[in-house]
Amino acid sequence: MTHAGNRARRHGRRSGPTGSPQRPRGRGRPPSGHRVVVRLLLVLTFGLGLAAFAPGLAHAETEETEATEVLNGTLQTSLSGPIEDVQVEVTTADGDEIDSVETDENGRWSVDLPGPGQYVVTIDEGDLPDGVTLAAGDSRTVTVDEGRRQAVLIGLTDGSRNSGGGSVRAVQLLVDGIRFGLLIAMAAVGLSLIFGTTGLTNFAHGELVTIGAVAAWYINVQGGVPLIPATLLAMLVGAAVGALNELGLWRPLRRRGTGLIAALVVSIGLSLLLRYLVQVVYGGRSSPFQGAQSGRAQDYGLFTMTDNDFYSIVISVVVLLLVAVMLQRTKIGKAMRAVSDNRDLAASSGIDVNRVILFVWMMGGALAALGGVLLGLSDQVQWDMGFRLLLLMFAGVTLGGLGTAYGALVGSLIVGVFVQMSTLVIPNDVKYVGGLLLLIVILVIRPQGILGSRARVG
Amino acid sequence: MADLLNALAVAGKSALGFQAIFFALLAIGINVQFGYAGLLNFGQIAFAMLGGFGIAISVSKWGLPFWVGVLVGILAAVVLALLLGLPTLRLRADYLAIATIATAEGLRLLFRSVSATPVTNGTRGLSAFNGDFIALAPWNTSRRYSILGTSWSGGELWVALVGWILVILGSLLVFALMRSPWGRVLKSIREDEDAVRSLGKNVYVYKMQALVLGGVFGALGGMVYAVGTGSAIPDQYQNANTFLAYAALILGGAARVLGPVIGAMLLLFILQFADTGLRLLISNGVIPEDLLSSTDVAQIRFVLVGVGLMLLLIFRPQGIFGDRREVMLDAR
Repeated sequence: MTHAGNRARRHGRRSGPTGSPQRPRGRGRPPSGHRVVVRLLLVLTFGLGLAAFAPGLAHAETEETEATEVLNGTLQTSLSGPIEDVQVEVTTADGDEIDSVETDENGRWSVDLPGPGQYVVTIDEGDLPDGVTLAAGDSRTVTVDEGRRQAVLIGLTDGSRNSGGGSVRAVQLLVDGIRFGLLIAMAAVGLSLIFGTTGLTNFAHGELVTIGAVAAWYINVQGGVPLIPATLLAMLVGAAVGALNELGLWRPLRRRGTGLIAALVVSIGLSLLLRYLVQVVYGGRSSPFQGAQSGRAQDYGLFTMTDNDFYSIVISVVVLLLVAVMLQRTKIGKAMRAVSDNRDLAASSGIDVNRVILFVWMMGGALAALGGVLLGLSDQVQWDMGFRLLLLMFAGVTLGGLGTAYGALVGSLIVGVFVQMSTLVIPNDVKYVGGLLLLIVILVIRPQGILGSRARVG
Repeated sequence: MADLLNALAVAGKSALGFQAIFFALLAIGINVQFGYAGLLNFGQIAFAMLGGFGIAISVSKWGLPFWVGVLVGILAAVVLALLLGLPTLRLRADYLAIATIATAEGLRLLFRSVSATPVTNGTRGLSAFNGDFIALAPWNTSRRYSILGTSWSGGELWVALVGWILVILGSLLVFALMRSPWGRVLKSIREDEDAVRSLGKNVYVYKMQALVLGGVFGALGGMVYAVGTGSAIPDQYQNANTFLAYAALILGGAARVLGPVIGAMLLLFILQFADTGLRLLISNGVIPEDLLSSTDVAQIRFVLVGVGLMLLLIFRPQGIFGDRREVMLDAR
């Protein structure tokens, strides 16, 4: 494999940063999204309030035995509480009035209907207390099926959610994102350093994460070892797997002079092999660690966090600081950066490059294993957890600048926060898509990443 | 012995069935991109998914005719290739690899998400869109035909026939293109991009054309697969399939017109034979159930592909037909 320093000389033209279709989309979304979220939140608080005040509702809605059709709802906001004495008028779709009622002291109202069909619910805006306004129009059209008690949600704003509800959720997601980003960073430091020192884009790095988590799971659940020693053992396993990778595969391949693209495809093969072997051994299920259910979330004022998440953040920060100190202060750390910067120069100044690369692999394996355990704590242990994380690691590493250790850290943190915060705008189950979109946007705007050097990308 | 013959027959059927066509078309596309132009498209399965869902959504959601669906699928693949190529084709090869694999996974997650359910039916996917196509078969599609000890339904035969015609036409197209000046420029881009640029060729445009052409082959493959199974489910389009196609291509020989076709047939034969064989050995008790249960056998094919890819790349990167000098690629 050629070293990055050699390749740097063969540069092509850089991509022009302007005129991309993705850019305006990425910038234009958040403000409009925020409004949507505020509205959603409102409906949510509304729905929750409704559930709290009418506990039997959920059952009644699904119960088909009741012959009569009913429309009901609750008017309340988080600041004002339930709103009393608001006139609610129900008409048919043609405009014939069915009934007009006022909300009771719990803010509830209910109207019996003559039969299934379409109805329009209108509330009198003048009856609302000061500061409370309608989020959307003052009427809603609902379709009532036969025998249903249909709840009607009418969005109200009390002015609090721009500073209150919305931003509290944002802070919560920010903290979640930092936790997730630190976790990605831990796994990605190895990926980035391996790229820096050997030029290999290691698609099998995700499997180091999975193997770490699965090893910890077996030691913890099958072996009955408490989680912390199990994690330490798993990190040893991770380091061993990393070393095995280097000694058994990549060092011989470098010696044979295998091309970088061939090596990349080999790493894909290794990734497939390991991923599906793990599935054969561990199975397709997802299961949690033992003795690590942290139950209740602690309240920290602006956000809540489970103890697990808290320790996860603390561990990641400490470990990443240790890595940084090691890279900055120790002899081996300096050697790593030197090899990553220019391998030939490092070799000619007496650094044992192969030893450094071996150390990078072991460190990368151990960190990936630790990342896997932390990921397993929050999302349970699964056979393809590493592969899914790998793509976010690539996003982070690319954002920070391929080949730089600190770049991986910064980039991963941003990706983690971005992925979690994006759920303010997009549904939770497509949040990874946002991260992957970010990756492509980065490639358009600044392919060398935040801390990367321009010469590497061409 | 009868078991062995049976396993051979089953494997032979899958080497000729629509799955082999699927991988052959995917691999032909990758051959244009990777074999001739040196582009690493690790998201070929995304093009296939767009092809398959192009038909499925057009027919069963929008009520369009089948052939309009085919056009929609191809168009979607072209658009995806342009979108992917715009930012990445000027960068080093592994950036395209990362971007494409991320896109493939992202698109699959998007297609199976709850918010996409109105269009794609989420994880359950779409079905009943291939009726128009099956009805074109010149023979009775409802009865089964027995060929060399394997049983094919009329529909399967029809899909396989049309599919292999597609494969042959595709191979002819690639053959013609690679003999043309366009193909020679493409191959020289693979060898030395700077040299081509200094001759005044617009490398970026050539690469983009190769990416689009390969993507269209991917979409056609996805269509054959969707029509063959009669359903389009996002989770059928797992990322690992891209690498099955890579394995097929490298096994047959990259940068050879027939490499991907032979490779796909051979790969499917090996995988299906291993599959049937392992199941047989497990049910006969030769392999103890604790070591490997029959539900795990489906996973074994990917393990085999992984090992195969590694061994091929290390020991015989040119595959069966390839030229070693043509495939000793290095990252630019």
